[in-house]
Formats: sequence, C-alpha cells, structure tokens
Amino acid sequence: MLRARSAVVTRAFARGYASAAPPHALVFLEHRQGSLDSGSLSALTAATQLGGQVTGLIVGSSEQVGEVIEKAKKLQGLTSLLHSASPQYANSLPETISPLFEKLLSNNSFTHVVSAHSSCAKSILPRVAAKLDVPAVSDITSLEHDAASNSTTFTRPIYAGNALATVRAPSSLALKFFTVRSTAFAAAAEDGAGVEAKVVDPVEVSDVPTEHISTTLTKSDRPDLGVASRIVSGGRALKNAETFEKTLYPLADLLGAAVGASRAAVDAGYADNSLQVGQTGKVVAPELYVALGISGAIQHLAGMKDSKLIVAVNKDPDAPIFQVADVGLVADLFEAVPQIIEKLKQ
Amino acid sequence: MRPSAVRLLNVLVPIKRTIDYAVKIRVNPQQTGVDTNVKHSMNPFDEIAVEEAVRLREKLKDAVKSIKVITIGPPKASETLRTALAMGADAGIHVEVPEASPSPEPLGVAKALQAVIKREKEGVDLVILGKQAIDDDAGQTGQMLAGLMGWSQATFASKIVVDTEKKEASVTREIDGGLEEIRCRLPLVLTTDLRLNEPRYASLPNIMKAKKKPIEKLSASDLGVDLTPILETLKVTEPPKRTGGQKVESVDELVQKLKDAGITAVA
Repeated sequence: MLRARSAVVTRAFARGYASAAPPHALVFLEHRQGSLDSGSLSALTAATQLGGQVTGLIVGSSEQVGEVIEKAKKLQGLTSLLHSASPQYANSLPETISPLFEKLLSNNSFTHVVSAHSSCAKSILPRVAAKLDVPAVSDITSLEHDAASNSTTFTRPIYAGNALATVRAPSSLALKFFTVRSTAFAAAAEDGAGVEAKVVDPVEVSDVPTEHISTTLTKSDRPDLGVASRIVSGGRALKNAETFEKTLYPLADLLGAAVGASRAAVDAGYADNSLQVGQTGKVVAPELYVALGISGAIQHLAGMKDSKLIVAVNKDPDAPIFQVADVGLVADLFEAVPQIIEKLKQ
Repeated sequence: MRPSAVRLLNVLVPIKRTIDYAVKIRVNPQQTGVDTNVKHSMNPFDEIAVEEAVRLREKLKDAVKSIKVITIGPPKASETLRTALAMGADAGIHVEVPEASPSPEPLGVAKALQAVIKREKEGVDLVILGKQAIDDDAGQTGQMLAGLMGWSQATFASKIVVDTEKKEASVTREIDGGLEEIRCRLPLVLTTDLRLNEPRYASLPNIMKAKKKPIEKLSASDLGVDLTPILETLKVTEPPKRTGGQKVESVDELVQKLKDAGITAVA
C-alpha cells in the first residue's frame, strides 16, 4: 500500500520536470438537495482562469447526483464532467470520498485540484493532498498560472485578512491543490454548450471507521448568508435572542437580506452558529452589509470588510466598525432601526 | 497495533504559538512577512483543544492515561507548551526549529506529528488539534494527519463524547448551514471549533507545577522529517485600505445614502 502510493507520487513529479503539461483542473462540484453549491460555481470560475481543461466531479448517492448532473453539464467553463455514485458517498464522509480522489488523481491527467473553501471540501481535500504527499493552498482570492514553467501563483489572506500572501506552487509540484474564496470569484453560469457526463466507478471502502448519524440544517426562508447580496448583521448590543429577531428581521425582510451575527451574538445564544460572520465563521462580500450593534473586532472585520457598502449603527462613536463603514450612524440601534425601516418604506 | 485489551486513552494535543489574536498585525517593510516583535500566545483553537483533553480526563478519570502536548516551533514556543502544561497536560514535546527558518507548512507539521505518533510507545488514540491557526489560516493540519495515518477524522467539532469501552467517539460538527453528528472509531483526529468549550485560565499553583513537568526536546531530523516549505512565499502585502470612516448625523441621511447607492426596499 505504502509502496504503491510513493510510486504514484514519483511518477507525478517526474512528469513535472520533463515538460510543462497544459493545465487540467479537477473541480469538486458540491451540491445539496439537487442544486449546485454557489461556492463550487466560484471555484469553477477560478479553475477556468488556469487557462486549460476543466473537469468537474460530482459525487453522491445515486438519488442525489441524478438531477445535479443535468445542471452541471451546462456549466460554463467545464470541458468535461465526471460523476460517481455510491451509497457510501451520501454524506460526504472524507474517509469514503478520499479514496475516489486518490484514484482519479493517480493517473496523472490532472495538474490542479480545485474546490470551494466549504466545510465539506476543507475536510476532504487536505486529507487527499497529504496522501498524495503534496501541500495545499487554502482560501485563495486570485491566481495566475504560468504555462511556460507550469507554476501557479496565488494570493490568499492571512492573519484574519490583515495581510495578503502571494505564494507560488512551483513547477516541481505536479499536482496543485487549492480552495477558493467564493466571494472573490463570480459564479459560473449554467448556460454553457453542454458537455458529456462520464461515469466513474466508485471506490468502495470496506470497514469505514466513521459513521454519519444525522445532519441538522438551520431552516430559513431568507437568502443563504454565503451568497446573499445584502446582509443585516447583529452583535452583542441586541441583548437577547428575542430582541435580535424583533430588531433585525423586519429590516432584513424589507431589504430582502440574509441575517448574520457577530461571534459575541452567537456565543450569547442570540443567533445560530451558522450565521456567524468572521474569520472563524462565514466570509461574506455582499453589496450591502448592515452592522447593528457590532463593535468591529479584527475577527469580525475579516469576514465582511470586502463588502461593497458597509453601514454601521452603534452607540459607541469610537467603535472600530466606523473605521470601515461607508455610512456610520452613532445612535441607539433600538431607536434608529425602526426609523430606518419607516423611512425606507416611503 | 497494541493489544485491544488496553482501554486507556493516550491523547496528543498539537499546539502552535501564534501572534496574539488581539494584536493588530503589521506587514514588514521588506514585504517578507509580518512584524513578529509583538505579543504571542497559544493559538485560540489550540487552547480549546487542550481544554477539551483536560475535560476528557475530568470526565473519564483514569481512562485517560496521558495528555501530551506537542509544538513545532522556535525556542520561544516552549512557553506555549508550559501554558498547556499549566492547563493540565502531563508532558510536552518540543520539536525545535531555528528562529530564522520559515514556519513549516501544514504538510510538514502533519508528517512530523505522524513521526511522533509512531515513536510513542503506548500509541496515541486521540489527537485533538485546533481547526485552524489564526496566523496562516490554512486549516489543513488535522485532516492531513488523519490522511497520513489512515485514521478517522472529525473536523470543526463543537461537542465530543468519548466511549472508552467501545473505543469510539460521537462528535457534533459545525458544517455550512447547520450541524452534523458522526460516530468515529478510535484512533481519531479531532479538530476543534470555537464553541466546543471555554478554555480555563491556569492557576498560579498549576503554573508552578507545570515548571516541573517534563518537556522532551526533539529536532526535525530526529523525526526524519523535512520541514522546508514546498510552496514559495513571494511576498506579503497590506490588504487594500477601505475608504471608510464616513459618519452621518441622522437616520434621514443614512437612508438617503442607501437610496443613493440604489438600495431600496424589496418587501
């Protein structure tokens, strides 16, 4: 087992030195309930910027992949599509999906492995990269591929977005793994010419050490935080879950916005974990970000400072949020927000 | 493998010394990195990992045989190890890298951890890591280690229940859009999310006691691993500055600004 793996790796590296192969990216296309994840669509856009072939990969149970394949075929930028179905893939366990990636990547046809920086891909791809003995680049915001030398240069935020690192995956690295910050790339459209979808046999894993028990998704009629074009976000100043809802939701509904929260608000139980915006939560970059009662700690700013228009309402005139806000209002949000709602309605 | 009769858990907690989370970092003028002449502390996610290991022992008592903390870093990283020992870990391992050398990549760290696990005589049943380091924000080491070891993995954990009899753990994970519960067979690699627990402060007596706890010093060559980064960092720059900072006087003005920007009510 070990020996077989190292032989694969040596071959992969050997080709890197011999000639610069044209880039061929494998993009992990995630999906949920019959829809492609928008983060994956951004990853696809990033993959097309490498300037070579782009193959999509869809993995899931046979019930899950059916309708997604039809949608994925039409994705702009895809040059081919692979799909693999197995009951084992239903819950995206890294332990069952990694071997499929390893098999696909071992025949040297790919130069890059691309995915969204999603919780699912973040769990799977580093595991695969380590097995193939190659590093990975996380959460890139731009990339440039040099075809002549077969090296790829990425930029990625570090230190909670307070610095940008430019890193080069050298030509000696035949397989380059990277995950994509979806807010930095537009989503690929579903109006392409249509490519052929090819089946890949699943790699059945016997004796899986991990078992999926349950998934609890937070239900909401509002737009998904990760892709919303408008977000209304609340912090500790909202006092409790009830006032959080009462104050934020009417404004969010009026604007057709998603609801977000600071870590303080989540920790205090005002809002669900999945609503957290920041270094450790979601990174968002909507057209409009309304920060209500959020002081603007470094970790929160990391998740929202690329928003187009930032509006902040806070009682404290010295709150750091005002340093990044395009429109700041020093006021009690419990008075200001209802007034804003009234005046927006006019 | 060890005989299965042994029901005692050996826990390994890898930790990292990073710039303190509250420090506003500055990029150095040479654009090679950030100014590191500032306050450092343990990576916040790693504090949560140490805390969870200590709580496991408090809950499972003697079933937890050892809690070892390990760090790979410059000489000063031993302070971080002492902090973890003061929180309740038993012993430390310091894989020392020269002050001047570039910080190792997750792949190198994972390989070093793999080598350490292999030389642990009693084996390791549970590795608890932070989900990401707040300096490089890579979030890869745990998954890479699980891959190298061929072990089960549970990333972004917000709740952990270990059953030592069955040698398995039930883990609640924070995923995009909600939560997921999985059951993992030991040995297992866990990575911590923020909401797993609230790390304790080390008390003065424990800090004194920690000074007597053993720290083993190793080098990368002792472990037979190469920590040289494969990816080349070409430069580190300041992110583009926002031209924020405009305040308005009234709600009217605020709403006007919204309307000027084309933002109107949809409902």
